[in-house]
Amino acid sequence: MNIVVCVKYVPDAQSDRTFNESDNTTDRVGVDGLLSELDEYAVEEALKLVEAGEGEVTVVTIGPDEAADALKKALQMGADKAVHVKDDAIHGSDAIATSLVLAEAVKKAAGGTPELVLTGMASTDGTMSVVPAMLAERLGLPQVTFASELTVDGQQVTIRRDGDAASETIVATLPALVSVTDQINEPRYPSFKGIMAAKKKPVEEWSLADLGVDASQVGLDAAWTKVESFTKRPPREQGQIVTDEGDGGTKLAEFLTAQKFV
Amino acid sequence: MSEVLVLVDHANGTVRKTTAELLTIARRLGEPSAVFVGDGFDAAKETLAKFGAEKVYRVESADVTDYLVAPQAEVLAQLVADKSPAAVLIPSNSAGKEIAARLAVKTDSGLITDAVDVQAGEGGGVSTTQSVFAGSYTVKASVTKGTPIVTVKPNSAAPEEAAGAAADEVVDVTISDAAKGAKITESKAKEASGRPELTEAAIVVSGGRGTGGDFGPVEAFADSLGAAVGASRAAVDAGWYPHTSQVGQTGKQVSPQLYVAAGISGAIQHRAGMQTSKTIIAVNKDEEAPIFELVDFGVVGDLFQVLPQATEAVKAAKG
Ligand SMILES: Cc1cc2nc3c(=O)[nH]c(=O)nc-3n(C[C@H](O)[C@H](O)[C@H](O)COP(=O)(O)OP(=O)(O)OC[C@H]3O[C@@H](n4cnc5c(N)ncnc54)[C@H](O)[C@@H]3O)c2cc1C
Repeated sequence: MNIVVCVKYVPDAQSDRTFNESDNTTDRVGVDGLLSELDEYAVEEALKLVEAGEGEVTVVTIGPDEAADALKKALQMGADKAVHVKDDAIHGSDAIATSLVLAEAVKKAAGGTPELVLTGMASTDGTMSVVPAMLAERLGLPQVTFASELTVDGQQVTIRRDGDAASETIVATLPALVSVTDQINEPRYPSFKGIMAAKKKPVEEWSLADLGVDASQVGLDAAWTKVESFTKRPPREQGQIVTDEGDGGTKLAEFLTAQKFV
Repeated sequence: MSEVLVLVDHANGTVRKTTAELLTIARRLGEPSAVFVGDGFDAAKETLAKFGAEKVYRVESADVTDYLVAPQAEVLAQLVADKSPAAVLIPSNSAGKEIAARLAVKTDSGLITDAVDVQAGEGGGVSTTQSVFAGSYTVKASVTKGTPIVTVKPNSAAPEEAAGAAADEVVDVTISDAAKGAKITESKAKEASGRPELTEAAIVVSGGRGTGGDFGPVEAFADSLGAAVGASRAAVDAGWYPHTSQVGQTGKQVSPQLYVAAGISGAIQHRAGMQTSKTIIAVNKDEEAPIFELVDFGVVGDLFQVLPQATEAVKAAKG
C-alpha cells in the first residue's frame, strides 16, 4: 500500500510564540521549529502498515525553507521519500488555502488518488484540527478521523474514535483519509542507520505552479477570515502560595469561601 | 432579520447546555433557527423554544446519523444555500469543528474555530474573539467571505431565556454517496459519572501522576464542589482515568470558573487545556512545580492530606 503522510513544521511549543506585528500572521521566523509531535504518530502508523505489508511512505509538507527539517525527521524515522511545497505566495495562508494546496500536492505525490492519506489529529501550533476534514472533502475521500486504533484489512479500514459522548467504531473502504491521535502508538526515535539512510532519500521541491494552483488563491490576501487585532494576555498576577503545615486544606477551603465558590 | 443557523448538540433529544449558549449568541446576530439532526425532537423542542429558536429544521434520515460528519456538512450546506443565513454557529467539539471545516470548503466561506465570544460586526457580519497560543493571546477576527461559519466553545455566553416559536420543518436532504464513506458501525456510550460534563462544568478538579492512581481524594473534593473531574495525560496513559477526561492539548480544552490541579506538574501541553480558566488552584508537593506560576492560590503539600481536609471544610461550610 502506498501511503502519503501530511506533516507540518511547527514552532517548538516550549518557545514563546508570537504574532508578526506587520501583518498579524503567526511569527515563524527566529523560532526553533520541528516536526509537529502529533504528526510523528501519523508517520509511525504509516511505517507500521508498510512494514506489515508492502508499499511506500511519502511525506508531504507545505512550509518555508526550514520546514525541510520536519521532512528530514520523517525520513530518518523511515519514510521513503519526501515532498516539500514551498512558495513565497503561501505565507499567511489559512486552513482553507492550506488544504487546497495540500490536496493538489497529495494527488501529485500519489500520481492520482492515493490509497491512504494519513495525518496527525491537529498541529501543535494552530490546533484548529480542521485540515484533515477539509482535505478529505477536497479529495472526495472517506474521512476517518481521530483514530485511536487503526486496522487495515484488505480494502477495509476500521478505526476506534473516542468521541465526547461515545467510543465509536468507524469503517470505510480504501482509498481513505485517516487522522490519528496520540493514543495510537509510540513513535520511534530515528536510529543511527535511519539517520544515515535519510541523507540519500529523495526530497522533491514543488512550487504552486508545479501544482497548478493559482497564487491568488492562497496567502494572506486570499484568506477568508481576517485578524483584526491581537492582544497579549496580561501575565497572571502571582497568586498566594501557602505551605501545608497541617492546615493547608482548611486554608484552601477558606480561599474558596472568600471567592464565593462555596 | 436574517436567520442564524445553530447546529443543535444533543443526545437523543437531551439538549446540551452549549446549544442554549449558541442560541443566546445567535440572537445577537439575527433570528435563531436550530438545525436538529437525529431522533428525539419532541424531547428537545421545549428547550429550543425556551432559548429563542424561532424555527427548527429537522433531519431524521439514517443517511445522516449513521455516518461520520460528512452528511451533516451536506445538510448544513443545503440549508445555507436555501436560507442564506447571516451566520452558522456550531459547537466547538471535534465533530463540530470537522463539520464546520467541510461546510466552509463546500460553501466558499470563511471559518473561525474555538471562538470564546461572538458579536455582530460593525459593518455587518460577525466579530469573534479567540484565545490562542495556550491562552497567551486574545485575537479578534472577522469573516470576509461567504457565510460566516463559527465554532463556539462551551461557556462562551451565559444562556438567556427568550421565548421562540420553535416551529419545526422537516427538511428533505439527499446525501451523496461520497459523504457516506465512513460508517459508524458501533457506538458505545460513555459511562455516566453523574458529574457535570467536563467542558461545560463551572468547576473542574483534575488529578495527575501525583495521585499515584488513587483518584478517591480528587473525586471526593470534586463532589463536595459539584465539579467535573479531569486528568493529566500521565494519569490517562497509566490507565487511571479515561482518555475522555484528559485535559490539555490532545485532550479537552476547558475554561471553567475554577480549575483545581492536584498532583499535576503543569507541563505546557496540560496548560494548553486549562490556562484560560478564571481562577486556578494547585496542590503539589513540589514548590518548584511550574503549575504554581499560574495559580491564584496554591498549596505546597501532599494532596492526600490537603484534599480530604479541604473536602471536609467545604462540606462543613455548605452545612
Ligand atoms: C504531543 C504531546 C501531547 C500531550 N498532550 C497532553 C495533554 O493533552 N494533557 C496533558 O496533561 N499532558 C499532555 N502531554 C504530556 C505532558 O507533557 C506531561 O507529560 C503531563 O502533563 C504530565 O502529567 P502530570 O503533571 O500528571 O505528571 P508529572 O509531570 O509527573 O507531575 C506529577 C506532579 O505530581 C506531584 N506530586 C507527586 N506526588 C504528590 C502528592 N502526593 N501530592 C501532591 N503532589 C504530588 C509532583 O510534584 C509533580 O509535580 C502531552 C505530551 C506530548 C508530547
